[in-house]
Parts: sequence; structure tokens; C-alpha cells
Amino acid sequence: MSSRERVLGRVRRALADVPADARPYEEAVARDYLREHGQRSVAETVDLLAENLADYRAIVHRCAEEELPGLLARLLSAHGSRTVVVPPGLPAQWTAAADVTLVQDLAASTAPELDEVDSVVTGCAVAVAETGTIVLDGSPDQGRRRITLVPDHHVCVVRVPDQVVPSVPRALERLDPARPLTWISGPSATSDIELDRVEGVHGPRTLEVVLLGGS
Amino acid sequence: MSGTFVGMPAFPRAAREAVRDTTLRGNLRHATRTIRDKRARAVAELDDWAALREAGKQIKDHTLRHLDRYLVQVEEAVTAAGGTVHWAADADEANEIVARLVEETGESEVVKVKSMATQEIALNEALEARGVHAYETDLAELIVQLGKDRPSHILVPAIHRNRGEIRDIFRSEMSEWGRPAPENLTDTPAELAEAARLHLREKFLRAKVGISGANFVVAETGTLVVVESEGNGRMCLTLPETLISVVGIEKIVPRWQDLEVFLQTLPRSSTAERMNPYTSMWTGTTDEDGPRTFHLVLLDNGRTDTLADEVGRQALRCIRCSACLNVCPVYERAGGHAYGSVYPGPIGAILSPQLRGTGSEIDASLPYASSLCGACYEVCPVAIDIPEVLVHLRERVVQGGPAVRGGNRVVLKPAKGHAAERAAMRAAQWAFTRPGALRAGQRLASRTRRLHPRTLPGPGRAWSGSRDLPAVPAEPFRDWWQRTRGGKDGAK
Ligand code: SF4
Repeated sequence: MSSRERVLGRVRRALADVPADARPYEEAVARDYLREHGQRSVAETVDLLAENLADYRAIVHRCAEEELPGLLARLLSAHGSRTVVVPPGLPAQWTAAADVTLVQDLAASTAPELDEVDSVVTGCAVAVAETGTIVLDGSPDQGRRRITLVPDHHVCVVRVPDQVVPSVPRALERLDPARPLTWISGPSATSDIELDRVEGVHGPRTLEVVLLGGS
Repeated sequence: MSGTFVGMPAFPRAAREAVRDTTLRGNLRHATRTIRDKRARAVAELDDWAALREAGKQIKDHTLRHLDRYLVQVEEAVTAAGGTVHWAADADEANEIVARLVEETGESEVVKVKSMATQEIALNEALEARGVHAYETDLAELIVQLGKDRPSHILVPAIHRNRGEIRDIFRSEMSEWGRPAPENLTDTPAELAEAARLHLREKFLRAKVGISGANFVVAETGTLVVVESEGNGRMCLTLPETLISVVGIEKIVPRWQDLEVFLQTLPRSSTAERMNPYTSMWTGTTDEDGPRTFHLVLLDNGRTDTLADEVGRQALRCIRCSACLNVCPVYERAGGHAYGSVYPGPIGAILSPQLRGTGSEIDASLPYASSLCGACYEVCPVAIDIPEVLVHLRERVVQGGPAVRGGNRVVLKPAKGHAAERAAMRAAQWAFTRPGALRAGQRLASRTRRLHPRTLPGPGRAWSGSRDLPAVPAEPFRDWWQRTRGGKDGAK
């Protein structure tokens, strides 16, 4: 007997005492919880996102479309970045004003090569206000997962209010599970040493989020 | 379950030793109190917490009830997405599968992200025996591995170590494994974290094989989810060419939508955060992004035996948040090691004896490692009635009865008069004679009256052997903390 058959057989025998349950999944789970917490206007939802991002030590900026190239140039220069990796679908004008060498996100580039790069600039798929989370799904403006992992400085541009949802349930509704997803809430952190929170272990130690648009 | 710590004394003896260790007690008390207050605040932010908890319970119960169907669905979905699914009935089979998969890559090193399942099956040791070195990459796991130590908490495995001890371990051990600790390393957490970052980075960048567990597997999509803080999980899940995930069969949820419950309850219950820093979700393989080869090993190892027990099966709902550890007065005093298993605290007290059976002294004594105060049940985000299962397992230890072991129906003999029973009774004495433990459980009187062990021997006998227990050490924690915290001398 294969292990597969053995395990499945054990499961079926283990459940032999359970009365047959014909209830479909839809009825088995009472979803009495809220789809989102509290009532907020669109602007208030964006404000909450900014507040919660900052609470987990992301650095938050706001700007209009035409101000973005200048802002990104300033952020990269303030961080002392000379090389910046960009995903293929990132609008070229975003980084047009920055005095940096752009590194393309290529399948052939290696992790040690990425480790030499100072910063990464991406878009995002969705941002969650209640938790201060940005979610990347590997779309062309976000790139491969590793480019937002190995460099030490991540600048993520969120289009507000379009990409902002209030809550985790609302975020999952928008996301495609077939894509590789990375949920990011603040810079990497550990509380492993006497439960003191320390920012920045293996992921980027600095996370800057630009809320683009709106007013 | 082969994760028994070899030579582990039964709970009461181990607990007594732990209580004598003031450093351990101080570290533990500081840690559990900090986190439990934070958790209470994080949970209070959501006014639908009770409904989320109930939904989490129902999702898990529904999955367990139809587990055969969902397992097959996982297999189909993961395979369709480009992954390969393996089935392991026990620890040896799982270790064999993983070792073979690693050998097929020709690599002799793997990087690992913290996973309870791989600790439970003692995968690192099995790989070592085959000439493959597994590097733990979670900061706390690194501390444990470098210190040749055992984890003592599900979430913060090095919770028993303070910063001075960690600095000493890094200084003396890092060079043996790779990049040494910086010359002038101090004991500030930021510097210690930086030392770990540098030490591990060279391993991540060259790693060809990653090994993980998973917090959830979604049956309808074949998606795996890993929830973490440091980014070492992302490193292990995305940089290597081959990824092997070892996942207990109880980790399944039916649908994508179910994650909306657990992604709210898990971070708040475990790290007391609105959301943990990183959550990775992947479905099979993705062209030109992340590992080219993905293997999922579905692990039974006692889970189906647990599923066969009508009362005990609720333990399989556990999402390993560790909230029950942090509120447990017995855990706070005894420490994680006393439980003799990778699963410490209240959940360990009901899970280990079910996964491993109650044949050994340690496993027979675990159901008694509790004062039945009920705090664990109240914080549990999937509403596992831990006291109910404890009482049920006590009955089984003392009276014996039918059970399933290794997939076979057996009748357990009563432990009466055996070493196991004696160990169990000593554990009961230990738990019931900790005045602090009882004080912390003010609800004890009302809530647990019906749960009081009907099977304990006469109170006189059970409660009397405790006089030789050492008094609580003289130096209060507050003083100890003030004395050592600022001090650079590593005073204990
Ligand atoms: S038993 Fe409940 S509280 Fe304890 S670790 Fe599991 S899910 Fe968390």
C-alpha cells in the first residue's frame, strides 16, 4: 500500500464515528464577522493606511503624479543610493529625474548581484488600510519577488485611492491566488531578543511608501 | 512523533529544575507578560473578534471532517500548478523523502525557515546523518542551533535566553558555522540582529535548496502561506532553485476566502501585531520567479490517530499562534523545555500525548501539566477547549481504553501502578501546588469544577508530596531585571 493510500485510509477510518454531514461548505461556516471595521470615507481610509504604515515604521510620503519623479530622486539621493533595480513595467518617467544607475530585473541576474544594488522602486497590487500592509503580486510594475527582498531599501508607490482597500477580507477579494504574493507590513523585524522589536533583519531595513495621487 | 527530546525527564522533574533557574524564570516571565498584554490590546481593536474566532473554529472543523476530500484536492491543485506532492505516514518516511529530494539536487547544504513540523520529525538530525547540513535562519532558531540548545516557545524559541547569553553564544559559535560575529559585539538587540543578518546573508545568497513548513494550504487553489517577521522566510522561499515544504495534513483550509479569517486572527494572537511584517503566498511554481522545483510533503505522523479521538481531535484546529503559552501560569514557571517536545505549553500538553501516545513517562505526565485554569481556552483563536482535552487525556492515562496508534485500533492499559502513572501524579502535584499558578487562575473555581480530574488520587496523597519543592527564589524578578538589564557584565 502506498503512503498516500495509508494516510487517506487512516483519515477515513478516523472519521467513521462522525455522523454523515451533508452540509455544504457554505453552510458549515457562519461568516458573522465584519468585511471591514468601522465606516470611513475614501479619504479617511487613505489616512488610516498612512497612519498604520507609519505605526510599523514605514516612512510615508504623499505626492501628486507630476511631483513623483522629483520625490523619488530626493528619496534615493537621501538614502545615498547609486544603483536602483526597477521592474520592467515601472513607468520610465518615475525614475527619470533620479541620478542613479538603473538595474533591470532580469531572470538571469543572481542573488549576489542583487545584493550589490542599493535600492528598489516598485508599484503594488493592493494596500490594506486597517493593517498598514502593501501587497505585491509580481505584476510588471512590481517584478520578481527577490528584487524587493535583497536590496536594503524599498520604495513602494501606491496609487490612492484606487489601490487602497479598508481590510484584509477586501484585499483577498482583489488578489489572484495563482500569482506569487508578498504581503509587507513595515520593514522586516524581529522580537526574538527579549521581545524588543528590532527593525531590519533580512528584508529591506528601510521601507518607504509613496501615496500617489488623491489630494 | 520522533521529536521526543532524548533522555527528557518527565514533566515534574524537568519543571522543578526549570523553576530553580532564576535566569530562565526571569526571561520567561518578562517575555510572556509583555506579549500577553500586547495581544490583549491587538485583539481588542477588532470588535468582531468572537465571530472571527467562531468562524476559524468552524472552518477547521469542517476541513477535518472532510479531510480525505480536501487532501486529494490539495494534491490535485498543487500538481496542476507545477508542484510535486509526496505523502508521509510518519516521521521516518518524511525524513527519507526530504533527504532523497535534497540528494537528488546534489547539494549538501539547505537553508530552513522555522517550521514546527520539521522540528517534530527531527529533520535536521536526519539530514545531518545523510551528510546534509541544514541551516536554521530564524533569528531565534539560529540562537538555539548555535547554542546547541532546544527551542522553548513556539514563536520565540529562544525566549529562555537573555541578550547577554545571546551575545556570548554568537561570539563563541558563529565562526564555526560561517561568518564570525563582529569583534566588539555588544548585547544590544540591534547589534545582535545585525550580526545575525551578516552571518546568514552569505548562506541565503548561495543556497540552492530551501526547506519550509506552511501556516496554511488552500485546497481549492493549492496555495501555501508562510507568515513571518524577519524576511528569512522570503529568502528561503524565493532565492533557492528547489523548495521543499513539509506540512502537517491539518494545515489545510478549503478556500482562498478562509484566509481572511486567519490572517486577522493569527498575527494578533501570536505577535500581537495588526499584521506580521511578511506573509508569502505561492501556488506551485512561477516561471522565472522563485524556485523552479517545488515539493510538498504531506505529513501524518500521529495526526490521523489524533483525528480518531472524538474529544482530542479539536487539537488539530491549532494554528500554532502560541497565545496559550503566554497566558499559562504553569508554562510561565516551568518553561518550554519541561514539556519534552517541540510543542510546549498548553497545546503541547494535549498535542504531544496524542501524536506520540502516552506510553512514555513524559507523555503520560503532560496532561497533568496544568492547573485547568482555562486561560488557554479563552485566548485560543480557534477555541480549542484545552482543559476539556486535558481531562480526557488524564482519564485515558489512568483508566486506559480504546485509542488509535499508528492507524490501528488498540486498547490502552491503565497506567495504574506504572512509572507513567507516578510521573503523571507528580506532575499533578507540581501544577496544583504552585500557589502562583492557582492564583492566576481565578476562574478555576467556577469554570473548571466539572473538569476537575475525577481520576486524581485522594487529595491528601496528591497534594502532600510537595513539601520538598524549593521555595520561589529570593530575588524578585523586578530586581533581577534592573540589576542585569543595564549592566554590561552579563550578570545573571
Ligand atoms: S492551541 Fe490555540 S492558542 Fe494555543 S497555539 Fe494553538 S491556536 Fe494558539
